[in-house]
Amino acid sequence: MTDIFEITALSLQVSTIATLISLVIGLPFGTWLALGDFRGRSFILSVVNTGMALPPVVVGLVVAMTLWRSGPLGGLKLIYTPWAIIIAQTVISAPVVTGLTAAALAALDPRLQQQLLGLGASRLQMILMLWREARLPLLAALMAGFGSVISEVGASMMVGGNIRGQTRVLTTAIVLETSKGEFERALALSALLLIITYLINLALTWVQQKGQKR
Amino acid sequence: MNQLITIRNLLIRRNHRDALRVEELDIPRGETLAVVGPNGAGKSTLLLSLAHLLKPAKGEVKYDGKHLREWDDLEYRRKIAFVFQDPLLMDMTVEENVALGLKFRGVDKSEARLRAETWMKAMGVDSLAKRRAGQLSGGEAQRVSLARAFVLDPELLLMDEPFSAVDPQTRGQLLKDLSELLAHEHRTTIFVTHNLREAAQMGDRVAVVIGGELKQVGKPNQIKEYPVDDLVESFLQDF
Repeated sequence: MTDIFEITALSLQVSTIATLISLVIGLPFGTWLALGDFRGRSFILSVVNTGMALPPVVVGLVVAMTLWRSGPLGGLKLIYTPWAIIIAQTVISAPVVTGLTAAALAALDPRLQQQLLGLGASRLQMILMLWREARLPLLAALMAGFGSVISEVGASMMVGGNIRGQTRVLTTAIVLETSKGEFERALALSALLLIITYLINLALTWVQQKGQKR
Repeated sequence: MNQLITIRNLLIRRNHRDALRVEELDIPRGETLAVVGPNGAGKSTLLLSLAHLLKPAKGEVKYDGKHLREWDDLEYRRKIAFVFQDPLLMDMTVEENVALGLKFRGVDKSEARLRAETWMKAMGVDSLAKRRAGQLSGGEAQRVSLARAFVLDPELLLMDEPFSAVDPQTRGQLLKDLSELLAHEHRTTIFVTHNLREAAQMGDRVAVVIGGELKQVGKPNQIKEYPVDDLVESFLQDF
């Protein structure tokens, strides 16, 4: 039982940290892509959009090679630690948050920028107001970012190693239990994962709906 | 200095083509200049360039004797207020919308509320203060947009066809209210419209823009009597 608590807590911890890091990267980067007018913008956007569909196993492979003892960042000794999973999950969710942020801001009336500047907003004030205006789709971006990592298994398995008490998260535990033929335990863990995902999305949807009704 | 704005040999390019040429235009302080012309003539381009939201490809625009490029961008933009064709209100209450520009300028909250109240009253939207922008009619929203601009006490007010999206009856009332207000305020205002009657009603002088060029500036009657060329004459014939 304590085992399950530990696994669940670690799952939530790594996926939340990865999502928050993705937000810190994706919100400004997505804003720059949506509002910027520069050469190569379409190309970068297409790369980000492709990144939204990155297969977790490929991410796992690349991050594992990078963090491997003989890899370029091997000296950091992060492979098979929760931080390795956080790094891999950030690589998965950052393009999702970036792409959806860019899409959310691009959907706003383009004249809104001129209107805000025409009312004396600084560039930063203008961006903060645009984020406020697009807060509902931005929240959806956050939900999608979290959803993409809490449920992935490939990368967590490859860079975390599924070590009991250290890097075992819900999805990797489900894989392990299934491979042992412990279907009841696997089903129970799956139900727990679904309930957690549902509760988090319920909370965010509630915030979103509240925003809509205001 | 009597002239607030002086423009010489201005060329604005948009999307790789010439969008507006203005050989010479002086706008004295306190004047309401109505800019008139057909759709797509370059009227909005003139306003955007005066707001320094479009930079000139050639020529110069001076504000208060100083080139726009020499002004600090933010300092200059905080001297003006821009009212667009659509109200473009933010998803917040009427009161918050009206006080938005004051918030940008760091005006104290209680002072901002007082000033917002004054202008909501002047525009007849004080009873809607707590209502959200999405719940307003077109006319109400445009009144809020006017209050949001006037509350800033701008030196220069730029208005881009502010009433074209409202029904004719509301539009007539809004025009009447605004022209009374401008006559009382003596605020330098540039009012863009495609309707010559509106231009004559609002402007101390009228500027005619056709085909991306400022053709003529003068009193409404002067322009009607002595159009500078056939293009201006044929545009005026429609009214």
